[in-house]
Amino acid sequence: MNAPVKLLYFAWLRARIGHAEEQVVLPSDVRDVAGLLEWLRRRGPRYAEALRDLSVIRVAVNQDYVGFEHPVRESDEIAIFPPVTGG
Amino acid sequence: MIRVQREDFDVGHELEQLAAGDHTVGGVASFIGLVRDFNLQGGSADRVAAMTLEHYPRMTERKLAEIEAEADRRWPLSATLIIHRYGRLEPGDRIVLVATASPHREAALAACGFLIDWLKTDAPFWKSEETPAGERWVEARAEDDAAKSRWR
Repeated sequence: MNAPVKLLYFAWLRARIGHAEEQVVLPSDVRDVAGLLEWLRRRGPRYAEALRDLSVIRVAVNQDYVGFEHPVRESDEIAIFPPVTGG
Repeated sequence: MIRVQREDFDVGHELEQLAAGDHTVGGVASFIGLVRDFNLQGGSADRVAAMTLEHYPRMTERKLAEIEAEADRRWPLSATLIIHRYGRLEPGDRIVLVATASPHREAALAACGFLIDWLKTDAPFWKSEETPAGERWVEARAEDDAAKSRWR
């Protein structure tokens, strides 16, 4: 049994998906961020809608910005959010 | 120094503290970001009654520390300060304070501009606005990416 990853959602992604945080055990064929996003889209209509346009999706793994090719591993903290708008 | 907080801050006090006791400082530069009561998005100007800022705790502090370290690497700075608020804010409220102290004004002014430009594209904050049409998430602006890229 694999250890779960912690998924965090922010801003309109959180609003569309319906929760801010969840722990999930990823299937073994999900190896990178692109694979994770693909897998999440198949989890239900809320996910599919929130993750429809990947050009407005940013991802951080263990609190560092990463590209979609970045690997995901057990126990990672993976945050998914729109482009930032602070300042 | 970095502070991410809900509370307001006293600009005069913060700027005074930045150079207090350090007589090598020749200049302090600052930028203060405020909540506007309008936003041009999608071509029309909408009234903004309030905004709510959310952030990614721990990553926010981490990114701000990286941005601050990068400024320190590029310019001879005596001190830097970034205060960024979160929570619900109304027009006129302060959102952010960036301040830099240096023996020379060029370094203080340049580093201050650098810090706010980088903060806008790298620090994980998101704004949602209360407008007459309802709540709306602020979209990232291409101009902000352009502003950051001039520091490469």
